[in-house]
Amino acid sequence: MQRHLTSAADLSRDDALMILDTAEELARVADRPIKKLPTLRGRTVVNLFFEDSTRTRISFEAAAKRLSADVINFSAKGSSVSKGESLKDTALTLEAMGADAVVIRHHDSGAPHRLATSGWIGGSVVNAGDGTHEHPTQALLDAFTLRRHLAGGPGGSPVRQAGVTDPLPGDGTGRDLAGRRITIVGDVLHSRVARSNVHLLTTLGAEVTLVAPPTLVPVGVERWPCEVSYALDPVLPESDAVMMLRVQRERMNAAFFPTEREYARRYGLGGDRMARMPGHAVVLHPGPMNRGMEITAEVADSGRCTAVEQVANGVSIRMAVLYLLLGGAGPAVTAPAAPTTRTEENA
Amino acid sequence: MSDPQKTLIRGASPLGGEPRDLLLDGGVIAQTGAGGTLGAAGATVVEADGLILLPGLVDLHTHLREPGREDSETVLTGTRAAAAGGYTAVHAMANTFPVADTAGVVEQVWRLGRESGYCDVQPVGAVTVGLEGKQLAELGAMHDSAAGVRIFSDDGKCVDDAVIMRRALEYVKAFGGVVAQHAQEPRLTEGAQMNEGVVSAELGLGGWPAVAEESVIARDVLLAAHVGSRLHICHVSTAGSVEIIRWAKSKGWDVTAEVTPHHLLLTDELVRSYDPVYKVNPPLRTEEDVLALRAALADGTLDCVATDHAPHPHEDKDCEWGAAAMGMVGLETALSVVQHTMVETGLLDWAGVADRMSSRPAAIGRLRGQGRPLAQGEPANLVLADPAYRGVVDPAGFASRSRNTPYAGRELPGRVTHTFLRGRATVVDGAVV
Repeated sequence: MQRHLTSAADLSRDDALMILDTAEELARVADRPIKKLPTLRGRTVVNLFFEDSTRTRISFEAAAKRLSADVINFSAKGSSVSKGESLKDTALTLEAMGADAVVIRHHDSGAPHRLATSGWIGGSVVNAGDGTHEHPTQALLDAFTLRRHLAGGPGGSPVRQAGVTDPLPGDGTGRDLAGRRITIVGDVLHSRVARSNVHLLTTLGAEVTLVAPPTLVPVGVERWPCEVSYALDPVLPESDAVMMLRVQRERMNAAFFPTEREYARRYGLGGDRMARMPGHAVVLHPGPMNRGMEITAEVADSGRCTAVEQVANGVSIRMAVLYLLLGGAGPAVTAPAAPTTRTEENA
Repeated sequence: MSDPQKTLIRGASPLGGEPRDLLLDGGVIAQTGAGGTLGAAGATVVEADGLILLPGLVDLHTHLREPGREDSETVLTGTRAAAAGGYTAVHAMANTFPVADTAGVVEQVWRLGRESGYCDVQPVGAVTVGLEGKQLAELGAMHDSAAGVRIFSDDGKCVDDAVIMRRALEYVKAFGGVVAQHAQEPRLTEGAQMNEGVVSAELGLGGWPAVAEESVIARDVLLAAHVGSRLHICHVSTAGSVEIIRWAKSKGWDVTAEVTPHHLLLTDELVRSYDPVYKVNPPLRTEEDVLALRAALADGTLDCVATDHAPHPHEDKDCEWGAAAMGMVGLETALSVVQHTMVETGLLDWAGVADRMSSRPAAIGRLRGQGRPLAQGEPANLVLADPAYRGVVDPAGFASRSRNTPYAGRELPGRVTHTFLRGRATVVDGAVV
């Protein structure tokens, strides 16, 4: 592993599997009565958020706290940043305070890369979403969720099988996503989630297809290691998973599509379309969802939609990333001090 | 004692040709002769064996920043940088604070240039008031002022309104002016951060598509033809723009165009570093564009090299990409980049360099006494360069007040050893004097 995580493109297959496997290990901590490990005690993690994103921030905060790190939340709003302080001076301030890791969310693409390579700080930099560039921990948690569902069954098979209603996800430790067909639908042009997922899922062996109106696909996409389709319906029967991206309603004001309704009709996922997916296929959404826009309530609330699971998996993934960047050498999970004694519930 | 007004250049190669001696006296080339034939006779002697002699370079596109942004450059520091780069004349762009849109501001810049003494400063006047693209500035007053403005440009912004552009093209005919267009369709470049293409798609940076430049150039060559006016295109950056200009010239229309040194060498692949030193407008394009620009400069479709020297203070580049200012300094590296990209590739000889960096820009700006032949009786605006020199660019040694060069740490060939402005040395042995 490198010292920073700024792009999913920097992760080798082995790096990615190490993070996913570590996350599986750490996820089991969430099942313990005390969900806390001493691994990062005495280390300081700063959440440096230049954009409002409560979901991502609390996910990183929960991850750091479960590893016993000290967490400082630095929100740009109402701080010196809003008074014109530069990223450099903010970084130097955090460095002086002894930040071991800086988790940065920034509205400018490349800001985490700049922070990691400028020499302004000595700690690790974790990209929590930069502009329209990348969101690597989101891709990791998506891959983790996909692996549990598509390779968590016996012999690495999908957990959803004919005749089984909404099975629990399995444990995909050691496995990748070789040959799995993942379809990502929506505003690819502005999506950091899509960019990170194309890199990571491809690294893990999956075949990615992007589906969007041509206006929401970047010029230059032809060099990406994936397929592009302007129509959703033909792709659905071939998909092991469909990831629906959030589409901002305001995009229609810049003529990316005519109306919300037309977008929903052509690219939204409803019950009819979900029925055309293979039986084992699942639906992912990074949240927050625009119900009625890219996804209907019927799909969002169905057993095939993993949106809530993804939130829980996000904490495990971010624990794994912080642990591997900051601790690294020792085991992530040490045995609890006292051997767990199973209470006889059905005595 | 040698006469400071008198210099003997001994054994230089004019335009890369056979060694010649030149005696500079009274601000002109007083005498020339075969190498080693002229006597010193009290003159300061410059031994110029192996040095190329060119007419002093002329830049059509320089941001001197004064008045208003003296933290990045002043007329004095900018003209020192120009001299260090071998320039004897620069055109100072109008996007100062206040904007050079009145006779008062252009005369101020012109006067500061005269006082600096390092290089002739020819102010460019704004086309529209405040560069706002809405109302014509007093173009006639700027032309009639002591500054004698002949080139008008809203550079930094495009004159995007077709009617305003048409009127400006027509109006300046009254006094032989030319409109220099910064071709950038504003709606197609909202939020633009870099060339739109493969790299922008990966980096998630807002795209600046080639068509935003090409569509404006296409419109403007047609407008210029329609009203029979002279048009100059600033900093051409794409292969498609070259095709349109080539077509316009084939029609016999009075269109000229410039290319920057950085667009002859650098590509958008460098943006992968997210280092804002590569952030510039128009943006760095692709390898295909670079090769098309070189070929066009070689065949004359592009008339000249212009630096678009754009100094910025350190803090405006020592930040994240999105927050950074656009632009690069270029005066002190231009000749080296042209040697590297055009001479050492065999696309231009030194006579061609003199044409593209001195004679043609002087002709476009209608500057008297600049870009002249290296002949007896001509003004002694000259540069000597050592083409054999190889060195790594060190911004710490720049005469410019700003350091935002994309070439720091890069090895480039060639070095300006001497510059003469009307016979007076402004650069001696590579140092500004």
